[in-house]
Amino acid sequence: MEHTHAHTDTDNRTVEARSEISVSIKDVVIRYGAHTVLDQLSLDIGKNEFLVLLGPSGCGKSTLLNSIAGLLDVTEGEIWISDKNVTWAEPKDRGIGMVFQSYALYPRMTVAENMGFGLKIAGLPKAEVTARVAKAAKILQLEALLKRKPGELSGGQRQRVAIGRAMVRNVDVFLFDEPLSNLDAKLRAELRIEIKRLHQNLGNTMIYVTHDQIEAMTLADRIAVMKGGLIQQLAPPQDVYNKPRNLFVAGFIGSPGMNFFKGTLAVKKGAMVVDVDGLQIPMDGYEQSGGKIVDGMDVILGVRPEHIFLGDPAVHDASESHFQSQGRIEMIEPMGSDTMVWSKLGTQPFTARVAADDPHRVGDEAHFAIDIPKASLFCCESEERI
Amino acid sequence: MREIVSQVEHPHGPKPKRLTGSRIGIYGFVVMSCIFFLMPLYVMVVTSVKTLDQIGMSQIFALPSELTLEPWITAWSSACTGLSCDGLQVGFLNSVMITVPSVALSILAGALLGYSLSLWRPRGSNILFGLLLAGAFLPYQVFIYPLVRIYAYMSLYGTLFNIVTVHVIFGLPVMTLIFRNYFASLPEELFKAARVDGAGFWRIFVSIMLPLSTPIIIVAVILQVTGVWNDFLLGTVFAGQANWPMTVQLNNIVNTTEGTRAYNVDMAATILTAAVPLVVYFLSGRWFVRGIAAGAVKG
Repeated sequence: MEHTHAHTDTDNRTVEARSEISVSIKDVVIRYGAHTVLDQLSLDIGKNEFLVLLGPSGCGKSTLLNSIAGLLDVTEGEIWISDKNVTWAEPKDRGIGMVFQSYALYPRMTVAENMGFGLKIAGLPKAEVTARVAKAAKILQLEALLKRKPGELSGGQRQRVAIGRAMVRNVDVFLFDEPLSNLDAKLRAELRIEIKRLHQNLGNTMIYVTHDQIEAMTLADRIAVMKGGLIQQLAPPQDVYNKPRNLFVAGFIGSPGMNFFKGTLAVKKGAMVVDVDGLQIPMDGYEQSGGKIVDGMDVILGVRPEHIFLGDPAVHDASESHFQSQGRIEMIEPMGSDTMVWSKLGTQPFTARVAADDPHRVGDEAHFAIDIPKASLFCCESEERI
Repeated sequence: MREIVSQVEHPHGPKPKRLTGSRIGIYGFVVMSCIFFLMPLYVMVVTSVKTLDQIGMSQIFALPSELTLEPWITAWSSACTGLSCDGLQVGFLNSVMITVPSVALSILAGALLGYSLSLWRPRGSNILFGLLLAGAFLPYQVFIYPLVRIYAYMSLYGTLFNIVTVHVIFGLPVMTLIFRNYFASLPEELFKAARVDGAGFWRIFVSIMLPLSTPIIIVAVILQVTGVWNDFLLGTVFAGQANWPMTVQLNNIVNTTEGTRAYNVDMAATILTAAVPLVVYFLSGRWFVRGIAAGAVKG
């Protein structure tokens, strides 16, 4: 609860910068018996915004999406879409289209019938249905497949049909429930681009649920990182990546993950120094986020692998904001585009991302430098960013 | 010589199949089971085409010395069932009249109930389903007398309507169970997508769910046809003499004990009565297995 409220200010600012609010979630609570899935969640999504709900399974992101769609009743609170209170409205009356993980195409209908089903029910004239289906099919390059059944399509084609089914309804808001999770890696990357292009061309509001951080980073205008029914951080992808608000967000975003070093904080004449296993790391150039600082408190220093440089200190930027140290290289993982190198700071292991042609070998004693301004510092107890 | 040795000792390609002790045991068991279960059928078929004279010689396993179809014709058209002597044909028609509406209505009701219980989940649906299941396990003899009184009170006792509705009532728990489980095994997102598309209760049932239900409908048809056709007790009690099904007529033919017992007619009549469920199994066996597998495995 604290998280959501602390965020309301930031949300409002971001949304004010946009012209209008498209979807507004107001103090929504969803409870199953004694189990609370969503707790007092508030969220405003701007018109034309691409918002990604990101989190591990069971964090409430799909529950939130289903409640926006009207497939799930809220226990408390309100949901507004396009300035209308739709809390009690049927899914079809909310002005939304939805795309599901399993595609959820009607197996006995052709592609064209699948896409036109909703329009047919709404009682639109046949010509209008055909025209809208044809238009969507053209955008999604499904024209050649209109007469086929879903069973005769590949996974990527099926998901395009599902997107088309949402498109023909001319809605303001698109809801995506892990639409790419059933596809293989290559198709996923292709369809990701297609969805992004679609958003740029159509300009609808899109709310997209995923547990895949790459999808979140590449697609989102803003990411809402969720855990335990609470929004942990709501910010543009770069902010979430560079300035994670707490330890959970820091660990969840980024692959390979952020390195965490346990230490204690010392404040001397206003300057912060983190003691990690006896190594004194001055936090020069680190931008504080306003968390409470107490001399001697336990902290966790988080550093992304790409912010640790390997090699002769003279070669890299020898500025004061880089903390220099050395350690033995214990493992090397070549990833193709780059290489992960494992070593230790004090007794605590870390990984550094280095160039694929890095000359270091296992067993070498190497110099490394940590880019302190780009690091994150968390309070050990509250796990909040300092 | 050397070549042969190396072929034997050097494993490559498919492993050679050997007849092991356990294999022999399995085949032995299969053959024994077949004989055990087919023996009565053999005796029935053989006896039904024998003349009464040959039956009198008490060679039950012997092949007929003289083939005759007379017993079959008698069983079908002129065997005496109590007072009338019109054979089984009356019972056959009655059974058809009872089975067709009973099967159709119980499947429709079960599908509808299973659909609403699994997908719409109205308040109290779990309790309702629990009660239905309890109904499936209670011995139905318990219900017979109350039902007789209820139908008699409504002046509907002993009618075709009576027996059909009784079959629908007793078929409902199992039909609901299999349809509920089948619909629950379909991806729920299909149902959600249809709702977003604006389809309501009936539209989703007719346009989305029923077209997907072929395998489970076939299973339901098999279960209900055999169940209703083979029923004896409910037919005796509720159908009324004019509508007595084939099973009741068969009983009457076999139990008529005047003069010599016409074993060949009895056997023919029994085979005729059992023919319908047998044909259903033979025609739909493939579907039956497929339907059960589809219900159990498919996600």
